[in-house]
Amino acid sequence: MSFTIRKQGEIVVVDVEGQLIVGNRQELKQKVLDELEKGEKRFLIDFTQTGYIDSSGLGVLVSLSKKIREQGGELRLANLNDDLKTLFELTKLDTLFQISDSRERALESF
Amino acid sequence: MAKLRVTLDLEIPSDVHEIERVVELVQKECRQLKIEPEKCSLNVPVALTEALSNAILRGNGDDASKHVRVRASVNKAGDMLVVDVTDEGPGFDLPSSTRNCTTAENVLREDGRGLFLMQCLVHRVEQFADGGNTVRLTVQRG
Repeated sequence: MSFTIRKQGEIVVVDVEGQLIVGNRQELKQKVLDELEKGEKRFLIDFTQTGYIDSSGLGVLVSLSKKIREQGGELRLANLNDDLKTLFELTKLDTLFQISDSRERALESF
Repeated sequence: MAKLRVTLDLEIPSDVHEIERVVELVQKECRQLKIEPEKCSLNVPVALTEALSNAILRGNGDDASKHVRVRASVNKAGDMLVVDVTDEGPGFDLPSSTRNCTTAENVLREDGRGLFLMQCLVHRVEQFADGGNTVRLTVQRG
C-alpha cells in the first residue's frame, strides 16, 4: 500500500495503490494536507489500483474535500471500479464528489 | 442456526495493520464457497474491515496488549459464511449505535458510516456477548 503524488500542470494527482482503510488513511490525509499547505489548490485522487475503501477512508475523503474547499480549492476523484461506485452510491457520497471515469477526463474537468 | 463447520480461527493483536491480512484470508474462504464475486471483493472485505476496526479501536480501546479473535464458519450446505469478530470490550448496542449516514445532516460527516455499511453489505449483522463482545456477520450465496 502506498500513495504516489505527482503534479500534472496545476493539478496534484494522488495514486492510491491498494486499499484505503483505517490502517493507512492518515498517511493519505497528511500527504494531501502537506500539498495544501504548500499552496496547491487542485487535487485529483485516482483509484485505478484500489479494490475497496472502508468507512474511515471515506471519512478522510470527506474531511479532505472540506479542507480543500475552505482554501478555495477542489478535490475530484477518478477511476472508481464498480465496487467503489456501489460504495459511494450506498453512502450518497457520489452526490458530494465529482467523479470521472478516466484520469484524462478528470484532469480536463478542472 | 444450522450447524456450522469452523474453517478459520485466529487471534490477532489489537493493531489495525493486521486487518488486511485477515480480510484476505476470509476473502479466500468466500471464493472457495463460490459466493458471488462482488460479495467477495466488496461486501465481505468492507463489512469485515469495519467489524475489525471497531473491535480494535473501540472494543479494545486501541490497546496493543489486547486481542481480537476471528472465527469463520460455513454451514453444511456450503452456501453461508458466518464470521465472528470478538474483542475484549464491554460490548455495545448495535441498533442504537447505527446511524443512517445518507441523511442530509449526516452525509457530510467524517465519521459514523461503519455500522451502517456493515448492515448494508451483509445478509445479517448480530452482536452478542460470548466470553467477550462478538459481532457476527452472515454472508449468503445468492
